[in-house]
Amino acid sequence: MHKILRKREMAENTVCQLKVEAPRIARKGKPGQFVVLRVNETGERIPLTMAGTDASAGTIDLIFQVVGKSTALMRTLNVGDSIADIIGPLGRPTHVENLGTVICVGGGTGVAVMYPITKAYKEAGNHVIAIVGSRTKDLLILEDEMRGASHDLRVTTDDGSYGHHGFVTDVLRQILDERKDVKLIVGIGPVPMMKFLCKMTKEYGVKTIVSLNPIMVDATGMCGACRVTVGGKTRFCCVDGPEFDGHEVDYDELVKRQRAYLTEEKASMDRFVATAK
Amino acid sequence: MAEKEKKEKPKVPRQKMPEQEPKVRAKNFNEVPFGYTPELAQLEASRCLQCKKPKCIEGCPVEIDIPAFVKLILDGDFIGAARKLKERNSLPAVCGRVCPQEDQCEKVCIVGKKDQPVAVGRLERFAADWERAKGEVFVPEKAPSTGKKVAVAGSGPAGLTLAGDLILKGHEVTIFEALHKPGGVLIYGIPEFRLPKEIVQAEVNYLERLGVKVECNCVIGRIETVDELLQEYDAVFLGLGAGLPQFMNIPGENLCGLYSANEYLTRSNLMKAYLFPQYDTPIARGKNVAVFGAGNVAMDSARTALRLGADTVRIIYRRSRDEMPARIEEVHHAEEEGVQFYLLTAPTRFFGNDNGWVTGMECLRMELGEPDESGRRRPVPIKGSEFQLDCDMAVVAIGAGANPLLPTTTPGLELNKRGYIVADLETGKTSKPGVWAGGDIVTGSATVILAMGAGRKAGNSIQEYLMSK
Repeated sequence: MHKILRKREMAENTVCQLKVEAPRIARKGKPGQFVVLRVNETGERIPLTMAGTDASAGTIDLIFQVVGKSTALMRTLNVGDSIADIIGPLGRPTHVENLGTVICVGGGTGVAVMYPITKAYKEAGNHVIAIVGSRTKDLLILEDEMRGASHDLRVTTDDGSYGHHGFVTDVLRQILDERKDVKLIVGIGPVPMMKFLCKMTKEYGVKTIVSLNPIMVDATGMCGACRVTVGGKTRFCCVDGPEFDGHEVDYDELVKRQRAYLTEEKASMDRFVATAK
Repeated sequence: MAEKEKKEKPKVPRQKMPEQEPKVRAKNFNEVPFGYTPELAQLEASRCLQCKKPKCIEGCPVEIDIPAFVKLILDGDFIGAARKLKERNSLPAVCGRVCPQEDQCEKVCIVGKKDQPVAVGRLERFAADWERAKGEVFVPEKAPSTGKKVAVAGSGPAGLTLAGDLILKGHEVTIFEALHKPGGVLIYGIPEFRLPKEIVQAEVNYLERLGVKVECNCVIGRIETVDELLQEYDAVFLGLGAGLPQFMNIPGENLCGLYSANEYLTRSNLMKAYLFPQYDTPIARGKNVAVFGAGNVAMDSARTALRLGADTVRIIYRRSRDEMPARIEEVHHAEEEGVQFYLLTAPTRFFGNDNGWVTGMECLRMELGEPDESGRRRPVPIKGSEFQLDCDMAVVAIGAGANPLLPTTTPGLELNKRGYIVADLETGKTSKPGVWAGGDIVTGSATVILAMGAGRKAGNSIQEYLMSK
């Protein structure tokens, strides 16, 4: 059991941050890695990225958006409550090195995944430009944290309520047109964002890494639920990823596989809402 | 060598276990056989000749004193029979259900020469169930503490056996399990209708009562490496299981509704998706299901699909009936329940709809050619024999490979070219000092009892090592 020590509602109460006790994972977790958790005895196993670890306090930060029953249930938990199982750290850590100029692009809750990675690139000596985007101002998360983790932060909103009016890719294109010293782009967000971002960066010939979030079950390489096609080959996101060369990923397949259980997920959510009333 | 004693042919026929009707059981997840009653068990036990040189003990990978426990059943001392079993086998309720007795103890039974062999597996199951139901589970005395510590990675049959053996020798034993429930393949792989999870839980509880510590949610190789474990423990045993699903590498295999057997069974067994929405994990409930492969895992998948509401379930296998690796009993159960067999057939590609769901496949007919390296006749495609089959769900159950997660994070651990850990088959010793391995991660996919045998041998070798240190 993992006790919740802090809870923070973010982004119009659709995104939530929990600080939970997980001393072993906190000691081992590295940027880019994730955990799998099961809220309670009847829960499903869902992968979530660690937005931060504190080895000395023995805690990890989880940031999640309410998208279905499991995350809705998680949001009802309060300080002092516990999460039944947390397994991690899983996946390969981000390969961080000093390359020069790196652009970190985060969209929606992908910013939570992006934050520790951005911090790590800055700490490794890179000049880090960060771009964060959301649909609207109230959905933007971790703005201050991302500002601290980068040298230059740009903000976009789809509706123009804050920062640049438009998509993260608009700002990215602008930067890529201006400077030719960008060595690496890391893009994490909804699949359509990553798909279009990669299509664009391919034109510029800049290496782009993405972090994928397919459905997982055991997340130790045993079941293959998370298989993704990268460069024409089937890879298991849980052990081979979660980060891959963004120019090689079959995003259309990924979207279809993420939607495999939409009907069941809706039924589960409806049932949860009905019983919560 | 050969048993020369003249024995009379037993008059009592081999006793059947009462079981659920096929039509009824194909719609529920309850265990198929009900088990022997005491009367049936004693009747079956009376068939044993109590041979002076029993072949059955040699046929058992963990050398259970079979005539002795059968005699105790005959005498009505069912608890005594269970204790006799536990002298050699820490998981009798499991083995009584899932061991391939027909290839082991029962294969060499003298009664079986002229009649059907004594039903050793059914008797083993009876005694173990009796003890558990009576709540009189015997906890043997442990040797005084040695102060030595042993870490076990994996809580499947190999790890549980080794832990049970070494805890009795006075060592401190901790099992690390990657999933949230202990039992390994007994929990995630074998369905409830073949091995009720309550039984696995009871066997793990028994080990915990002996003092074995079980830590779930610990993926060795990530949370702790083997080298880190070696700093804290005197010996490490790797009983990881095979744990890497194999696919056929044909077009369309990543369509939705197309599962590895590992995923399909893990969803149903470990995550209890068959109880969705009481349990949150979803599972596809296909109406027209194809299962590829013909081993026990394929049978388990096919029978699970029936129970989840399929109208048609087809086992599609590229060789013929004679080469099917599943136990005869499992094939028989599947057929009784209505599973169809498409033999000498192999898929070549899958078709899907706009949502990315599988809708069917193209298959080829095969014929058997010359024997291959496995000694079985190689399936050869018949030219121009392509045909199409519809399906709305499919399970690939063609075997497992070696999961690379731990081996690749453990320097100094020798692997073979297929990625399995190289270990001495008699001692379980690996190339890395202080590290033993056994079960499927050494041999490739095999049986529960062989993994238990490997756990026992490695346990003996660790015992020797710890006491000479």
